[in-house]
Amino acid sequence: MRSSTPAHAEPGVVAEPAPAELLLGRALRSAKVSRRDPPGEPRHVGYLYILPAFAIYALFVLAPLGFAVWYSLHTWDGLLPMEWVGLDNYKEIFRSGPLRQAFGHSLVLIVFYAVLPVTLGLIMVAALSRARIRGQAAFRTVLFLPQVIPLVVVAVVWRMIYAPNNGSLNDFLGKVGLGSLERAWLGDFNLALYAVGFIGTWVATGLALVLFMSGVQRIPQSLYDAARVDGAGPVREFFAVTLPNLRGEIAVALTLTTIAALRNFDLVYITTQGGPGNQTSVPAFEVYNKAFQQGQIGLAAAIGITLAAMILVITFGITRISERGRA
Amino acid sequence: MISRGEQVLNYAILTVFAVIALYPILGMLLTALGPPGESTGFGIPSSLHFENFRDAWNQGHFSTYLRSSTIVAVSVVVASTFLSILSGYAFGTMRFRGSTVLFYVFIAGLMIPLEALVIPLYFKLRDVNLTDTYWALILPQVALSVAFGTFWMRAFFLATPRSLLEAARIDGASSWTTLWRVLVPFGRPAILTMMVLVFMWTWNEFLLALVMVASEDLRTAPLGLAFFQGQHSSQLSLLAAGSVIVATPVVLLYIFLQRHFIAGMLSGAVKG
Repeated sequence: MRSSTPAHAEPGVVAEPAPAELLLGRALRSAKVSRRDPPGEPRHVGYLYILPAFAIYALFVLAPLGFAVWYSLHTWDGLLPMEWVGLDNYKEIFRSGPLRQAFGHSLVLIVFYAVLPVTLGLIMVAALSRARIRGQAAFRTVLFLPQVIPLVVVAVVWRMIYAPNNGSLNDFLGKVGLGSLERAWLGDFNLALYAVGFIGTWVATGLALVLFMSGVQRIPQSLYDAARVDGAGPVREFFAVTLPNLRGEIAVALTLTTIAALRNFDLVYITTQGGPGNQTSVPAFEVYNKAFQQGQIGLAAAIGITLAAMILVITFGITRISERGRA
Repeated sequence: MISRGEQVLNYAILTVFAVIALYPILGMLLTALGPPGESTGFGIPSSLHFENFRDAWNQGHFSTYLRSSTIVAVSVVVASTFLSILSGYAFGTMRFRGSTVLFYVFIAGLMIPLEALVIPLYFKLRDVNLTDTYWALILPQVALSVAFGTFWMRAFFLATPRSLLEAARIDGASSWTTLWRVLVPFGRPAILTMMVLVFMWTWNEFLLALVMVASEDLRTAPLGLAFFQGQHSSQLSLLAAGSVIVATPVVLLYIFLQRHFIAGMLSGAVKG
């Protein structure tokens, strides 16, 4: 039951966030888009309407993308002439230990940003789907709030929580008699990456939960009734009714949170600058670091292009899997 | 029907997660109100110091940062909304050669992360002396928002009843009049959702500002906060007050227009 109209088609009625349509997914489904009702009669004036948007888009997105690819095939320090090196920068990403590590870290962060929030959201919604919750709107407002706050602010606040002296996490551990666990969370060689990752979990869990809560509301009560008549308990009910009907929402949540994990720059820059050592460095941070701190512009561009390619592949992949499941 | 116990469990779960979501935010507020120079570890402060906000505003130059952010965010929202309405209108209601290909070129922009573009943007804008100006912050973000906006508005125009268009045409309205007199008033909710999302993305953007801006006058709110933290990391109450100031505009907007935020984000909206 997916409607292809946007939630806003009717004037004045805004959108209970019901039809969770994966924007990227829809965008990528090429066949469907082109077979939609042929819009309007032929009109050359269409080009005029598109021209201003296209001009600025071409200048500030398409052209830079082309230059980024071009840079990535050279070595350049920003001053001396560029030198053509072919694919060497891309090989360097695979060869260099620290860069491989940075990409590895981003996979760990996907667990914290995407897998964990979606799992938590599903567990919670499994508990919640059996009841009408009063005050749901208020809960939704609060749970969604971390999504809205600037990530720089989020990072500043969590730095205070993780601070070695007077940080509220260490304070808390001291008070409950776990003082031995106190540490400089963001400076700990083994735990810093997880500490950064947990911030992502905090940001993303609300998004997942709110998505799933609104998805569950669209599942017809009759499906649950039928399951219960068949004698399904809460667990069977979840796997037979809730989970399959939330496929679209799960795809949206996974896509948004995975992209956020891969593009994680603000949090790392503010909390750890990639440290201690190289322990929390991630590709988005290395783009900045290599290009604007170390003058390895070609290599930085190659990291950026690789990151873009990863985002493209993962978005396609998630869309594909959720589509196949539905058919 | 579910049991009373399960009902209680439901509220318990939601409450726990709501507390976790709120704890850092309330902690920041409490720290911002605490005595300067005394760290309370997110506890209740011994006395209230609203002057922290004034001090952050003046000493921390947050008035400057907020002004920059406002100029940039409003410009990006206004320009990208106008351009997206025009292009979405063409894609959604008109047929012309190459429209499908052109549309794909636009939506490719949804998947291109700024991280991949920021290096050439910096060097090319530097070549034309546009780095360290508002233009360097506004133009790239308009371009990225236009990719999303075109997609969003096309979907809206595709869904408007054909009869509206035909009625306007029979009345002899030009395509321009039809758009602004008939369709745009009809599409206010969709347009507002788009504006709210673009505002949030622009307000919260950090990397672009970090790369493009050198002079303090032009720092946006997140960038200003990052510098403030670098220089005054020991003045926790001022830092917290600054954080509250930076987050407040977008949080206020969220509180008043939250349906738009949630509806937009839930539809899977992303900006490159």
